[in-house]
Amino acid sequence: MSENRADVLILGGGLMGAATAFFLRQRGLSVILLERRLVGQQASGINFGNVRRQGRFLPQLPLANRSRAIWGRLPELLGEDVEFLPSGHLRVAYTPEAVATMESYRDGARPYGLDLELLSGNAVRDRFPWLSPEVMAGSYSPHDGHANPRLAAPAFARAARRAGARIEEGAEVLHIEHEGGGYRLDTADGRVWRAPVLQVSAGAWGGRIAARLGEPVPMVVRGPQMGVTEAVPYALLPVLGVTTKEIREVLYLRQVKRGNIVFGGTGHGPAELDAPPHRANPDITLHQFTQLRRMVPALGALRIIRTWSGIEGYMHDEIPVMGPSAKWPGLFYAFGFCGAGFQIGPGVGDVMAELIATGSTTTPIEPFHIGRFA
Amino acid sequence: MAAPRVIVVGAGPAGTRAAELLAAAGLRPTVVDEGRASGGQIYRRQPPGFRRDARTLYGTEAGRATALHATFDGLGLAIDYLPETLAWNIHGGALYVQREERARRLPFDALLIATGATDRMIPLPGWTLPGAFSLGAAQIALKAQACAIGSRVVFLGTGPLLYLVASQYVKAGAQVAAVLDTAPPGARWKGLPLMAARPALLAKGAVLIAQLMRAGVTMRRGVVPRRVLADAAGTRVAGVAIATPDGGEEVIACDAVGMGWHLRAESQLADLAGCAFDFDADSRQWLPRADEDGRASAPGIYLAGDSARILGADGAEIAGRLAALAVLKDLGLPAPPGQDVAALRRQRQVMDRFRRGLALAFPWPAGLVASLPDETLVCRCEAITAGALRQSVTELDAPEMNRAKAFSRTGMGRCQGRFCGIAGAEIVAAARGVPVEAAGRLRGQAPVKPLPVAAMADDASTLEATR
Repeated sequence: MSENRADVLILGGGLMGAATAFFLRQRGLSVILLERRLVGQQASGINFGNVRRQGRFLPQLPLANRSRAIWGRLPELLGEDVEFLPSGHLRVAYTPEAVATMESYRDGARPYGLDLELLSGNAVRDRFPWLSPEVMAGSYSPHDGHANPRLAAPAFARAARRAGARIEEGAEVLHIEHEGGGYRLDTADGRVWRAPVLQVSAGAWGGRIAARLGEPVPMVVRGPQMGVTEAVPYALLPVLGVTTKEIREVLYLRQVKRGNIVFGGTGHGPAELDAPPHRANPDITLHQFTQLRRMVPALGALRIIRTWSGIEGYMHDEIPVMGPSAKWPGLFYAFGFCGAGFQIGPGVGDVMAELIATGSTTTPIEPFHIGRFA
Repeated sequence: MAAPRVIVVGAGPAGTRAAELLAAAGLRPTVVDEGRASGGQIYRRQPPGFRRDARTLYGTEAGRATALHATFDGLGLAIDYLPETLAWNIHGGALYVQREERARRLPFDALLIATGATDRMIPLPGWTLPGAFSLGAAQIALKAQACAIGSRVVFLGTGPLLYLVASQYVKAGAQVAAVLDTAPPGARWKGLPLMAARPALLAKGAVLIAQLMRAGVTMRRGVVPRRVLADAAGTRVAGVAIATPDGGEEVIACDAVGMGWHLRAESQLADLAGCAFDFDADSRQWLPRADEDGRASAPGIYLAGDSARILGADGAEIAGRLAALAVLKDLGLPAPPGQDVAALRRQRQVMDRFRRGLALAFPWPAGLVASLPDETLVCRCEAITAGALRQSVTELDAPEMNRAKAFSRTGMGRCQGRFCGIAGAEIVAAARGVPVEAAGRLRGQAPVKPLPVAAMADDASTLEATR
């Protein structure tokens, strides 16, 4: 069974796993990725598609910066276009408190090399005249943007495969065992997989697997609430978001070049690990309409054509799990990205590959270590 | 105990008969309908101010149409009627509806879905040209607006509607250039034993065809269409090109074409309600599962009419009654007097035999669809070609329709795959080398039809529900 052996086994084929497989091949390690269904079908495929650094937990910015640099090189790295559009990212504030939050975040982000431009209400409307009068200020990040989540993870997986990785879709892992200083995984089809190194990048299911490996983590799953309008002429260049503490005001939207406006936020729906994905909650869809009209009144003239939900894993402290196991040698984690994994996905893959191949990484990831829950 | 809340979606033959029966049982059902007036598509009423009589509008079915309209109008305040209203979602035991800027959440104990069917289309090259219509649209133009889709019209496709619409056009004085049926000449004989279940209907069909022949209309069977041709400016239909036996091409000149290959069930609401679907090999499409009375697999959901099984208008009236009786039974309420369930079921079985006969006599030309040229626009909403759809399978490794949709955008537009989904599945299946049922079906996603962002929930509890 030597053909089912590799330097690294990756459990889970979302963006994190697919990107790790790709970067491990760049470093010359052999890799097998096991995906229960199809690559990029869960959170990686149904998320909003934000390639946004501003607003992130500050210690995550070095990782986000590294990832942003990779986004810019994706067409040459992957040989495929995943519709990355660095068209800027704008967060708006509706209250003086939110403006103050923006100012302090701008000051905090500057040492990390993320320069944000704060625009007062009139200045932000001069530049983005479709914003509503209710907007008091905007925080603009010119080099952030968005990409197509339906394409990104599969494109990484295909590029990894072309580079020699084995990407096994429909491979449901039933058993994980320590064996001879490494890991043995058994899939439902009776095949056995072995490697000295295992990475768990199973997204919303990551917590369940970590618990099985003796490292339980506090985690919940939620369903993001997404929708998209019919296509209209391309006019909203920056991705839009809101700085607020009130979940019901948290709206985000982006217009793709072909014209549709993708939106999400203002609440979550339920999600389950062992059931098919829920659909979007129509009460939330209707509430999103009020927030869409509130931010960009002209959107009230459009119609939506599709809604969807899915499953995302959230850690109780809203910080992902990333890095080596606190318990087992050769075991690594990258899951629980709390609804904000898309932008950092390529960077996570690059960093995890570096960590696995060299034993350390130049990008600080200590805050994400699973040991914080021990 | 509060009266059970029963909602009927659709006010065509199935919805009308269901509402009538529920009202007779003492309930006050809510009837939600997209139309301005009841009647559905088959018995669509003309706009106010139009004065054609029923015989002109509905031909041999005038009696049935007027009876159905009279029944619905007679219900009056016995029902809560919401016309021009879109049923766009189902969630948490409630139907979500919208009319203009008003969005409402209607909780139900039983939901009877009678949303009918739309044309099953083949995206032939040129099918999006101005002047190319579906058969149903060609019929609506005549019925509702009293106008023809062109001055010289070709009808292309297969199924009874092909001949019905052509004869209605002839009767209305339009010039019909040709009726082109893709069914092989011998297919009719294959369907005959089953179609003999309804001899009167079969005879009506024969009369239609005889009338068309007498009117001198060119009729062909076994036609292999190649494309709809544009005029020199590329802005309008100028003809239909069909294959000739020697491998060449023949062009039939026209300025409009009406196309359709039988019908496809409007089953999105059943999908959103969580109903199971099965592949129906006879009609080569996925249909929501229902028992003989119309109970779906999801509790509280009932299906009637063409949205569940394409039995036509008469079958829809029976299915509407059966589903309403099933609702009453499941709610523990007595049926109104004079309802003979066994007889209704027997009639429905006869119609189902006829349906299977029709599918044999007028088969869906799967091979033609699977071999459409790469440059053909399959998804007209998103402008995706057959080649791009195939590429999502062959190069990007999509194993079925939903993955092919995610990669290629086929079926992602305004129509949510209504018009391209069935043809798209044939293309994906052929590219993958699997039977069409293995290519799956596009999962339904709300809203059923485009929903205005201007829509506002008028119920404060709606927003409360999201907290």
